[in-house]
Amino acid sequence: MSASIEMPVVKDAFNKDGLTHGAHSADLPPVYLDYSATTPVDPRVAAKMIPYLTEHFGNAASRSHPFGWTAEKAVENAREEVAKLVGADPREIVWTSGATESNNLAIKGAANFYSGKGKHIITVSTEHKAVIDAVRELERVGFTATYLEPEPNGLIDLEKFKAAIQPDTVLASVMLVNNEIGVIQDITAIGNICRENNVIFHVDAAQATGKVKIDLENLPVDLMSFSAHKTYGPKGVGALYVRRKPRIRIEAQMHGGGHERGMRSGTLATHQIVGMGEAFRIAREEMELENARIRRLRDKLLHGLETIEEVYVNGDLEQRVPHNLNISFNYVEGESLIMAVKGIAVSSGSACTSASLEPSYVLRALGRSDELAHSSIRFSIGRFTTEEDVDYTIELMKSKIGKLRELSPLWEMFKDGIDLSKVQWAAH
Amino acid sequence: MANIYLDHNATTALDSRVLDAMLPWMRNQSGNPTSRHVYGRSARDAVEHARTQVAEACGAYPSQVVFTAAGTESNNFAVKGIAAAKPGLQILTSAIEHPCVTRPALAMQQLGSVSHQIAVDANGKIDLTKLKAQLTVPTSLVSVMLANNETGVIQEVATIAEAARAAGAFMHTDAVQGLGKLKLDFSDLGVHAMTISSHKIHGPQGAAALVLDKRIDIQPLLHGGGQEKGLRSGTENVAAIVGFGAACELAVANLNHYAAHTQALRDQFEQGLQALNVVIFGNKVARLPNTSFFAVNGIEGETLVMALDRKGYAVASGSACSSDSTEPSHVLLAMGVHEDVARGAVRVSFGASNTAVQVADFLSTLKNEVLRLKQLTAMAA
Repeated sequence: MSASIEMPVVKDAFNKDGLTHGAHSADLPPVYLDYSATTPVDPRVAAKMIPYLTEHFGNAASRSHPFGWTAEKAVENAREEVAKLVGADPREIVWTSGATESNNLAIKGAANFYSGKGKHIITVSTEHKAVIDAVRELERVGFTATYLEPEPNGLIDLEKFKAAIQPDTVLASVMLVNNEIGVIQDITAIGNICRENNVIFHVDAAQATGKVKIDLENLPVDLMSFSAHKTYGPKGVGALYVRRKPRIRIEAQMHGGGHERGMRSGTLATHQIVGMGEAFRIAREEMELENARIRRLRDKLLHGLETIEEVYVNGDLEQRVPHNLNISFNYVEGESLIMAVKGIAVSSGSACTSASLEPSYVLRALGRSDELAHSSIRFSIGRFTTEEDVDYTIELMKSKIGKLRELSPLWEMFKDGIDLSKVQWAAH
Repeated sequence: MANIYLDHNATTALDSRVLDAMLPWMRNQSGNPTSRHVYGRSARDAVEHARTQVAEACGAYPSQVVFTAAGTESNNFAVKGIAAAKPGLQILTSAIEHPCVTRPALAMQQLGSVSHQIAVDANGKIDLTKLKAQLTVPTSLVSVMLANNETGVIQEVATIAEAARAAGAFMHTDAVQGLGKLKLDFSDLGVHAMTISSHKIHGPQGAAALVLDKRIDIQPLLHGGGQEKGLRSGTENVAAIVGFGAACELAVANLNHYAAHTQALRDQFEQGLQALNVVIFGNKVARLPNTSFFAVNGIEGETLVMALDRKGYAVASGSACSSDSTEPSHVLLAMGVHEDVARGAVRVSFGASNTAVQVADFLSTLKNEVLRLKQLTAMAA
């Protein structure tokens, strides 16, 4: 059995010892700096999940025997933990299979339920694909949409948001923390504008939990999406916050047994929900200390990389989570950059689009040229990142960027003081 | 007290070998399969290996397997996705389907489709003549489950699919209860889409699939990052998918033993039931080997289930998803069973780990409880 399912594994990549790489060599797995793509499951989370895979395996909807009751109790405890982290009532938390489903359910569910009120939706061009594509799908069935362009720092101009509201605007969707550049939108101000104009407000907070404080009791937000696997929980589980006061209604997208008070049917994956609850409990208790530590690492990384010439930080540095550093390296070709930095596991865009060679649509929305967008790297720091990891990364980047630029005629011309924007290129 | 699980059609315990396969993906190699670095690529390889295992278990090509989060999602995806690609046409679902097939079909009526049910006979089988008459109206989709979760009755899906195809309709089957209990072959069945799920075959909850003939038009349910070739966006649940793959491989290897073993237990059980005044549903036609659905005359199913639970036996009065409600089984009503009889229904579903001794003990407990409850009823009368 085990022989046939053996995986080409990264040996001990996230083991307690493997997480820190004292001395890096070509034989070692790369340093993981891609926490915005996914986080390793915290060992405490895994330990809490495993009993619900083994002895407590019941179906949470089975009401006739204790196998089902145990599962149901665990699901409700986890619901409380998720609610606590974000200042919500447990009854406002609906389980889903992940943030993609939460975003689809919130956007299609609210737009369809309130379509009698209006058919216009506002979102931002730098949202995650799960939001953009859900809105596009609604456009296909008769809704209209405005995709706001952010300012060059990645943040929304509130006046522009206000101006985008039309008499038939029914829903707005703005993410709390951007997955590529880590900037934090002013959700309170945007939510207040929505309230004044009777527009339902959805927020994708997949990248925010455990990084910024969220208090839904006092936030003017109607719907909020969460994911477990960006916060050291398992993949395959997420949640949607649905406000009770004033009550927000959504049309179910998944129909069936009527689980989750009819908003989302389907057997709940108990162990995954338990894992999300534990991950969010740890986030609530440790986020303050952890963020301070991560901020120190981020600052160190930033200062180290700033010693390289011609680097540009993408997105506002103040209104930003400390976990994210997105940098464009000028005069370096994008693909060769990725090939050159194999000692670190990073992303050159959001993970969901990194299979394509299109320059990042988020960076282009900030006004970066295709070349700069291509030669950008997202470093995302997390719970298991060490000082040594950061030191290694700085040294690696310095040496690789230096080597790549040695080979670059553009760099040579730049050094010779030639203004490249004025060069007339011959067609080949 | 005994602590015996006889509710395998609701969910099953995770096989320890499946857990072993999953653990590395829960603990260590947690890359996002879409990432291009080595952590992402190894997670991608794990997902693709599982896809091959799942495909082999159901006679499909790996490229036909679309991973989802649950059987409910696969059924919603199939029904809504296929009906949406052919708006305005009729959707036919059998009267004994799980609500996660019938409710999405009803929801599609908002978008102009018309949803009708296909009747079943007293044995719980599709009436093919009636179905053919219904198919004279332009139809986008026919959905008939392979084996019923309550009665275990097996439909002649290949024949039904042929009729659907002849009428220009697409055919979906919910085969969640069939996987691991019967030999399953996607291409032999001739269906366009087939739902299968992990947690019914000793795999983890949180992984399922829609096996799909990709030549047909289907609208995704989840839009976003474009995973699963654009058919199902969302980061892949690597650990659960790996577990699903391992569970499929084990189920195929065990199939013959499983069928013989659970059928022997079921036969022993139903033999013993003869001593009681019972009716066994669907036992005149082919059923899943592990399932027995019966009613004891004069005793509420819910009451008997509770009594058995206190003695340490986990059984069900209907499908888990509806065990919240006290409505009689819609499956039995569709078979023409009288409401009072249907209210007495109890489902026992055996698994590979149950034994003949457990069945004998269970039978004697069942007989005692029935006797006790009858005396209580007589006293109350």
